[in-house]
Amino acid sequence: MDAQTVIAKRIALELRDGMLVNLGIGIPTLVANFVPPGVHIFFQSENGLIGTGPIPEEAMAQPRLTDAGGKPVSAIPGACTFDSAMSFGLIRGGHVDMTVLGGLQVDERGQLANWMIPGKMVPGMGGAMDLVTGAKRVVVAMQHTAKGKPKIIKGCTLPLTSVRAIDLVVTELAVISFEGGRPTLVETAPGVSVQQVLAATEANLLVPPQVPQMQI
Amino acid sequence: MKTTTLEGAVALIPNGASLMIGGFMAVGTPERLVDELIRQGKRDLTVIANDTAMPGRGIGKLIGAKLVRKVIASHIGLNPETQKKMLAGEIEVELVPQGTLIERIRAAGYGLGGILTPTGVGTVVEEGKRKLEVDGRAYLLEKPLAADFALVEAFLADYLGNLTYALTARNFNPVIAMAAKTVIVDAEHVVPVGMIPPDHVMTPAPLVDYLVAAA
Repeated sequence: MDAQTVIAKRIALELRDGMLVNLGIGIPTLVANFVPPGVHIFFQSENGLIGTGPIPEEAMAQPRLTDAGGKPVSAIPGACTFDSAMSFGLIRGGHVDMTVLGGLQVDERGQLANWMIPGKMVPGMGGAMDLVTGAKRVVVAMQHTAKGKPKIIKGCTLPLTSVRAIDLVVTELAVISFEGGRPTLVETAPGVSVQQVLAATEANLLVPPQVPQMQI
Repeated sequence: MKTTTLEGAVALIPNGASLMIGGFMAVGTPERLVDELIRQGKRDLTVIANDTAMPGRGIGKLIGAKLVRKVIASHIGLNPETQKKMLAGEIEVELVPQGTLIERIRAAGYGLGGILTPTGVGTVVEEGKRKLEVDGRAYLLEKPLAADFALVEAFLADYLGNLTYALTARNFNPVIAMAAKTVIVDAEHVVPVGMIPPDHVMTPAPLVDYLVAAA
């Protein structure tokens, strides 16, 4: 199983029936492929859609039914559309149960940086700041390290997305929870030891005596 | 509401005007109006929109044609041309969180003096802004954002100017239709009055100044 699949499969286990969920671009999008059987999720696309369905076959693409990257999607029965003010009212107003976003850095306080690298990558924050500020639960999906350097660090050096602490980080090595206020190692990936996780992490992690493996 | 030709609609827009343009990654952007802006060579434009699409589509065409002086948007990441011109100092770019951008536009259209949002508190977005505490929570005061023109893409327009939008092409369109001095609409279909049931009208006719006639 590659790193992205491990991350997406594990995050899918956080989904609960009836949730309104917003997935960011990249690894987060893959989570939709692993929704547990019997669980119905309302997926929101912030360009104005609840009920995002699979990517349609080319001939079935409708030019006015797209995801947040402008690519054609389908809508499941029961889907609905709305304008951007309502879309962000849903997000900022605490109506979105869970958002899954990519990350550049997460620090010991659970603060996330995921929208710019000054002088290098300035794409704009899009909806990320609103999502992290307003969603009920924020889950970060990212590789544990970038070019061998830890991404879970003591303090973010890149511009923050929000001061609100995220709830969970899932990487190809581990699940780290911030729900107790301090980063806690709650699971390791199959075949990964606690030592390997600690070696790839700069932030001080709380390590319980027993750390279970991801059930993926 | 007046009907007008495509040429006549764009002729109303002077160089240096501020334009709100509907669309999310060019979906819901009135492409005919964009093409006509380029044909008439309108320049020094300020564009207020969610994003600058990608090169060759929607607002990306205006960027490529060097007609834009300033962009106020939430995301330019899928248009490398905008990023390059921004880093080279050729275009001024103001990046605004998406939920804040649409609310600033809504505030202007709804006659509000601004909005209070928790988004951006404690980040670079709060620089230069007033921070207020309401019931123990910090908010940024974000000011209203209006424009000279709104370029709106509708799905249906009736002869009076009542509008509906289709699927994810709605996005910023109904909100910008409230926030500009002059509202110009390009609709996929123009239909007789009564074809759009009252409950389905998303933008009421009195908001529309010009409807571009079908090609």
